[in-house]
Amino acid sequence: MNQIVKDLNQDQLKTDIPLFKVGDGVKVHTLVREGDKRRVQIFSGIVIARKGSGIQEAFTVRRISYGEGVEKVFPVHSPNVSKIEIEKESKTMRARMYYLRGLVGKKAMQVKEKRLARGY
Amino acid sequence: MNYTLLGKKLGMTQLYDGTVQVPVTVIQAGPCPVLQVKTVETDGYNAIQIGYETKKEKRASKAEQNHAKKNGAATPRAIREVRCDGTPEYNSGDVLDVTKFEEGQKIDIIGITKGRGFQGVMKRFNVKGGPASHGSMFHRRIGSIGLCQWPGHVFKNQKMPGRMGGRQRTVQNLKVVKIDAEKNLILVKGGIPGANGDTILVRSAIKGK
Repeated sequence: MNQIVKDLNQDQLKTDIPLFKVGDGVKVHTLVREGDKRRVQIFSGIVIARKGSGIQEAFTVRRISYGEGVEKVFPVHSPNVSKIEIEKESKTMRARMYYLRGLVGKKAMQVKEKRLARGY
Repeated sequence: MNYTLLGKKLGMTQLYDGTVQVPVTVIQAGPCPVLQVKTVETDGYNAIQIGYETKKEKRASKAEQNHAKKNGAATPRAIREVRCDGTPEYNSGDVLDVTKFEEGQKIDIIGITKGRGFQGVMKRFNVKGGPASHGSMFHRRIGSIGLCQWPGHVFKNQKMPGRMGGRQRTVQNLKVVKIDAEKNLILVKGGIPGANGDTILVRSAIKGK
């Protein structure tokens, strides 16, 4: 990629993104516009994938809502994503946790938790 | 005259305009020295000749070198002529740059599309082709190219395989998303013809406002 284009992208990257990984339980704060009102909507669930790099990077959050699996893809550097909170950290053996889609009941939201101090 | 600059396609990326994501092409345009002014009296038509970037002096012919030197410019890598409606309002030696464009303005981009070589009719003209399976034995061909005794010949412009791309194309009414005068950048919404690094012509839109 051209250096000038790279620099353009670099300027747009957020610097305050927490180091969250696939498998982590997160709360994503998004800005929602309703008419001329703006409010914050929170979507919490498990990060099942992180895709792309740089300005294009996105992550998928999965949760079970009223017994139905719901997935949302968020661009990491979008100004609409105001905050990402890490609720649970976990140990995963996979880079993409798509197997959760096939599971039902308790198992569907079970990820091995990490009992480590959050120091990285 | 529609304000015109020579430039270079640098690549595509995305930009957040407020909270909306916009796909943009990054163009480096200008500064372009005016190398020659042509008027009806001198040449029979009105035009200005603009240059872009520089090339090593030893790679340019004496004629090229002196043509640039006359206007105090370095030997340009690319030269184009731009027609003007009336008598050109520029003098040779003037330098055109990005600052004349505004954010939100519409511009046209003229460039040469990527050469794709000899291509079939499906890729080249979006002809439908035949079914892929069920023993059709008719996959990516054109089908019929005309009738029999009448008209007795194949019509002109019949879509057939051949060389694709590598032609001059103009994309009209692209919106300027951002301008960086310091780096001579224009960020334009959408794609433009050509590969990254190709020389292009940037012009204020003829039709759009």
